[in-house]
This record gives sequence, C-alpha cells and structure tokens, in this order.
Amino acid sequence: MHELGITEQLLHLTLEHAERAGATRVTRLNLVIGELSSVMDESVQMYWEIIARGTIAEQAELHFERVPGRFRCLACGAEFGMSEFGGLCPQCGGARVTVVDGDQFRLDSIEVEGTEVNDPTPEG
Amino acid sequence: MTRPRKVEVQEQIMSANDALAADVRARLDAAGVFAINLMASPGAGKTSLILRTVEALKDEMRLAAVDGDVVPVDVEKIAVHGIPVELINTGGNCHLDANMVISALPRLDLEAIDLLLVENVGNLICPASFKLGTHANIVIASVPEGDDKPYKYPAMFRGADVLLLNKIDYLAVQEFDVEYFRRGVEALNEGLTFFPVSCRTGEGLEAWYNWLREQVRRKKAGPAATLQATERR
Repeated sequence: MHELGITEQLLHLTLEHAERAGATRVTRLNLVIGELSSVMDESVQMYWEIIARGTIAEQAELHFERVPGRFRCLACGAEFGMSEFGGLCPQCGGARVTVVDGDQFRLDSIEVEGTEVNDPTPEG
Repeated sequence: MTRPRKVEVQEQIMSANDALAADVRARLDAAGVFAINLMASPGAGKTSLILRTVEALKDEMRLAAVDGDVVPVDVEKIAVHGIPVELINTGGNCHLDANMVISALPRLDLEAIDLLLVENVGNLICPASFKLGTHANIVIASVPEGDDKPYKYPAMFRGADVLLLNKIDYLAVQEFDVEYFRRGVEALNEGLTFFPVSCRTGEGLEAWYNWLREQVRRKKAGPAATLQATERR
C-alpha cells in the first residue's frame, strides 16, 4: 500500500533528472528493486500510470531489475537466500546473519528524448 | 535534436523523504527534543503504551505526542492527560512520512518538549520504508499476534532500535515461543534493546521508562551523548 508514496518519490526524482537533462519526454526508467525492500513492482506500475499522467514521463516504460535477498552467516560465512532462511543459518545453525544483498530500491537511469543543453555529461 | 539517450541517476528512490527526515531531525536536535517513532500492527498496544508512558513520566519531563490516524479517537485519549497532542490526518494512508511530520511540527512548541512520541499508522510493512527524522524506531509486537512476526516482516524488525513485546500476561494462556521470536529478531538485529511488557498489568514497563529517561537525559547533555540511532536504509 505504501507504494503510492514511494511512486510519488520516484516521479519527483525522475522529473528532476529529466528537467536537468533538458528532456522533453521520458521513455524508460531502469529501476533496481531488492527482494527485501518490501516494494511490489505491480503496485508501483499501477500508481505510476495514475500519477505520471500529464507529465513528460507519462509514456515511460518501467523496467524492474529484481535482486534476490541474500544473507550471510556471521559464524561460518555461508550465504543463502530468503527461502532457506528460517531464523538460523542452514549450514551451521548460527543465529546471527547479515544482509548482503536485496535491500536496494534505486533508480539507476532514465532514458529520455530532447536536447542536451542542460546536460553536462551526456551519455550515448 | 531529439535522439533517445540515457541519463544516469543512481539514486535511492527514498532520497527525497530522507532529506525531509534530516530536516525534521535537525529541528528536533536544535530544540533538544528526543523523539521516537512508534510502530506496530493495529491493536498491538501503541496507544496503550503511550498512555502508560505519559502517566508515568508527565510529572518529571515535558511530553508531547503526534498521532498518525484518520480519526482523533486516540488523540482524545491522550489529551485527557493534559499533554500537547497533534493529529496528523493520514487520510487513510498506510504510514507516516517525513513530510507529514514536518507539517505537524509548527503546531508544536518544540522548545517546550523533552520527549516527543510519534504514533505511526498501525501496520508492520509500510512504515518501515519511511524515515521520519525521529531518533529511535520503537516496534511493539504483542503476544496474541504470534511468535512468527519477525520472520514475516523482516524489514520492520530489522529497522527497530527498541522492541517491546506487549501483552506478556497472555503468555499464560497462549502458546508463544519467546526464544523463537527473539531469535528471528536478533538474527537480523543483534543487540537490539528488548523489553517484554504488559500495558495491562504494568509488568516490565519500568525498564522501558528508564530507557526513555536515559535517552532524554543524554539529549539534554548534548548531541555527542545522544543515542546514535542506526541509519538503516
């Protein structure tokens, strides 16, 4: 449910970078969402279609790269995923683990059309 | 010329909220206020804990509360105790965010507050994603909810600085493996401060009050002594 607030932040961030780059249209967003970030991409997509309407990003395609959650046991160093984690390390039974991946929720890049007047470091 | 091109962003999507949270934090710090963000499922005991805490501490420090809700039911309960309390009408939203807290701050006289209790919306998922700028995340779990909650809502329990297990008087009548529960929390959040309490009987609450007294004392002593609430995500 919190994806509305999150999508608002995403739109704000997108438009800020698009304007800075002198874009007239945003065609794609490249997002990275970790399994542990509690963000549902279907919900982001749904809210995006509503709140991006009327902006230069309304036609943008949302591309989600999903990163699985990874934990590491602090005792034996074994790494394992969400499904193997029941509170204890599946290798040694250790009770202390750390998150090594999967908690990100990041906008990597946007793809835009428009002049590059304001973009100091354009990329092809 | 319009040719499609890629613009690198590489930003955390919550950075706008994080910046507002930093603003809240700066205002609280400037006024010497210690603030907590109370999070829990509906019915776990957020309001009960606030009422108990206000009763116990209102004669020794200046308290205020902010309540994220759609109706002022809890606000009215808290206001009976004569402390300033502000409703943030979330309009049915599932969490508070830093911007909502900013909107409530002008209605509070921060210079006249030692401890600010922010009651988040009852929900174990959404509030975990939004920093508010408060100094500590307090999560309340309760025995009737079951001992598997840390496994189902890892983001919430991972982000907690203090965990209260409320309604421990139910342990006599309900199966609840405290060890299993704690293991699920500690696996991802070692050294978490943990208080088993009952807001009904009052059991265990003195340790919670003492923790708050200590944080407020440190806040007054200066920024260096304040609890360094971990910046998690």
